[in-house]
Amino acid sequence: MNKLMDWDEVGPLFRDGMSIMVGGFFAVGTPGGIVSLLAEQGTRELTLIGNDTASPTTGVGPLISSGQVSKVIVSHIGTNPVTGRKMMDGEMEVELVPQGTLAERIRCGGSGLGGVLTPTGVGTVVEEGKTKLAVGGREYLLELPLRADVAILKARKADRAGNLVYERAARNFNPVMAFAADLVIAEVDELVDTGCIDPDEVMTPAALVDRIVVSRKEA
Amino acid sequence: MDAKERIARRVAKELKEGYVVNLGIGLPTLVPRFLPKDVHITLQSENGFLGMGALEGEPRPGEVNAGGQPCGLVPGAAVFDSVTSFALIRGGHVDVTVLGGLQVDEDGNLANWMVPGKMIPGMGGAMDLLAGAKKVIVAMEHCTKTGEPRLLERCDLPLTAKGRVSLVVTELAVFGISHGEFVLRELAPGVDLDTVRQKTGARFLVSDSLCEMAAAL
Repeated sequence: MNKLMDWDEVGPLFRDGMSIMVGGFFAVGTPGGIVSLLAEQGTRELTLIGNDTASPTTGVGPLISSGQVSKVIVSHIGTNPVTGRKMMDGEMEVELVPQGTLAERIRCGGSGLGGVLTPTGVGTVVEEGKTKLAVGGREYLLELPLRADVAILKARKADRAGNLVYERAARNFNPVMAFAADLVIAEVDELVDTGCIDPDEVMTPAALVDRIVVSRKEA
Repeated sequence: MDAKERIARRVAKELKEGYVVNLGIGLPTLVPRFLPKDVHITLQSENGFLGMGALEGEPRPGEVNAGGQPCGLVPGAAVFDSVTSFALIRGGHVDVTVLGGLQVDEDGNLANWMVPGKMIPGMGGAMDLLAGAKKVIVAMEHCTKTGEPRLLERCDLPLTAKGRVSLVVTELAVFGISHGEFVLRELAPGVDLDTVRQKTGARFLVSDSLCEMAAAL
């Protein structure tokens, strides 16, 4: 099965109203080429799930600035004033989730679990509307799974089968998101032949990755 | 010595050989420069490192701290994904976290992630750090820019976590928190008890062993 795509095949995979998981932590580990393509083709009413909204010009920021996003589920928006303004003005819904809880909700969504019990957020506004359970004398919140229509990942290297290797802190949410979406697309800096990545070094197994696109070289 | 340096120097004394430590953005990141030479700690960074160090030479792709600034990795460092990072944090594998604060109260509650109607940056990893780190130290200036106390009977800003703070270090004093009470342990040089009473929005006990605020180095 050929997973490798040309850039002109990427756009048609996205439709208005989709939910998209986006790897990255302040744009480090975000697939910038796919984000740019979405901005160019104007796909709208998106729900984005990721760590943060970076800045107005980095990471997923351009999609928020251009009004293509109707909801974000993130742990942090403080570095992007446009997100804050759109939230205050009611133009965009913002669901703030503690970072570790976000990771666990995505893990649940991708690994067949019905939820996770976490002490994070107990006694804060995060517990509002959630089931609270006591286990061994400590209180926990039941946090529910998250999935998306598409996950877009950024890797340093892939083989043609789709095994992925990430670079340093660019790993962050990418590996867990590879489990939690119906369609998983990896943007990669380098493509090698299948067999050229030592199995011990694979960080995301090929079976999780549906499509691969090679980053355009910076002009 | 300015307020931030005084606070950072004092916090450094809480970090012991071999500790795994997560430092919040801002003032807490000043702490490592005041560690004695014979104390070696491992810095955990929620974006995926154990063994974070200072930037040396040119920045390398993907080597950034949780505030997005270029950093380095020390020999023996490890890199991992967000699930592993927060398993370390929530699972009690971080000995100490040092965080900034907007308000702390006598029940050990901390508010540091939003001011309704004004500033809502989001909690990032702060709620998980508070829930899971073995010891939580709040490092903050004693009063707000307008002179309002930050140590209170009850926080009135939305909480980041309930009952998790055990030590507060300001430029004026060091307070422990136990059994629902602040306990004044140390006063900064030249600071008297009345000044601290005036600038603190809660009653507090004075430790029998009250002493001058210690500084590292």
